Amino acid sequence: MAVTKEPNALARIAKDPVSRRKFIALGGGSAAAAFLVACGSDSSSTTTTTTTAAGGDAVIEEKFGKGDVGILNYALTLEYLETAFYADVVKSGLFKGSDLATIRKFGSEEAEHVAALTGFVKKLGGKPAPKPKTEFPLKSAKSVLELAGTVENLGAAAYLGQAANIKAAEVLAAALSIHSVEGRHAATLNTLLGESITPDGAFAVPAGAPEVLKSVEPFIVS
Amino acid sequence: MNDQELAQPELAGVGIDAADDGDFSRSEVILKGALAAGAVYGAMSVAPFVSRALAMSEGGDVGILNFALTLEYLESTFYKEAKRRAGASGELKSLIDLVARDEDEHVGALIETIKKLGGKPVAEPKFDFPYNGTAGFLKLAQTFEDTGVSAYNGAAPQIKSKEVLGAAGSIVQVEARHAAAIRLQNKQEPSPEAFDPSLEEAEVLKAVEPFIA
Repeated sequence: MAVTKEPNALARIAKDPVSRRKFIALGGGSAAAAFLVACGSDSSSTTTTTTTAAGGDAVIEEKFGKGDVGILNYALTLEYLETAFYADVVKSGLFKGSDLATIRKFGSEEAEHVAALTGFVKKLGGKPAPKPKTEFPLKSAKSVLELAGTVENLGAAAYLGQAANIKAAEVLAAALSIHSVEGRHAATLNTLLGESITPDGAFAVPAGAPEVLKSVEPFIVS
Repeated sequence: MNDQELAQPELAGVGIDAADDGDFSRSEVILKGALAAGAVYGAMSVAPFVSRALAMSEGGDVGILNFALTLEYLESTFYKEAKRRAGASGELKSLIDLVARDEDEHVGALIETIKKLGGKPVAEPKFDFPYNGTAGFLKLAQTFEDTGVSAYNGAAPQIKSKEVLGAAGSIVQVEARHAAAIRLQNKQEPSPEAFDPSLEEAEVLKAVEPFIA
């Protein structure tokens, strides 16, 4: 299947000169700082944000809370987004047959992730992050599949980016069991799109929170 | 949904969700697994397996990395052989080439990391893969990839070094991607469950032992 020449908003961000790979290649604080400036929706928080060497954990602490609860709430927000996206796609009527079945299946798995993460946050004594209001451009089957591919690849990279920051072994085990499922989703969508199943090569590249949040921001209404 | 494909004869007795929360040391757990494997596959196979398993259980991160290296050796050899044995063409042939290359890179990276940590990489075992044709290859490939994902997911929380954990995470995501692609070739659900199961090291060793010649 040919890849569309009209990338959607998220794909455009991913293909920008300031792309994931480039930021990873740059590494360190300057890239994180640039992301942080571009990231926050309210201007007051962006200017006071500090950067961390680990690629922007500060933004998780600031927006989602400290420690494992913060990371879980960050993941929960992404899972809410994915769940809402697949639900909208199912409703759009753009897909039929086996593609629709795949989308339904992935959507239901994302919903299970939401439930599990919510439970974990509560178990750790935290307050689960609220479900964001979302809106996705659903123009054509091709552009939606592209968006799905971008979201899943980003989701997998987001989990990978936090794995080493998680403190509790139990939380890490849960995150890992979700992380590889996101990887499976990403590879499936890449296959449907005729793209490489391993776009980063033999070693998947992590994404820091600032980059991830910036990428999903266009789809979060409130 | 249960993953029926993992319930192959080769993996008989491997409980996917069997957690061992007891006070066993790693060596004890592995030894238990080795002895159980011996009971199943015959006493002749036990002696070298036990020594190998125990060697792998020594030394924290190095032990885990050597465990992972053994699995990557298996996968790397399996796909290298598949280039001439699997009777693949077109899309599947490209997939086999891609996966073979990835597994080979994993082997290289693990050896490098083990050496960097001052450890000694385990020797590459000799493997024997009993399958015929494309269908036989795909069935075994799916088992290996799904088992590989579960093996890394099971071992990763025990890793001490953040750097090693990051590397293992980066590899397991690629294994999951392979698993999905192989499953699609098998006309199977690429992501059968919302949470990938994890396997204990002893369970994984028991599962792969039949393929070590």
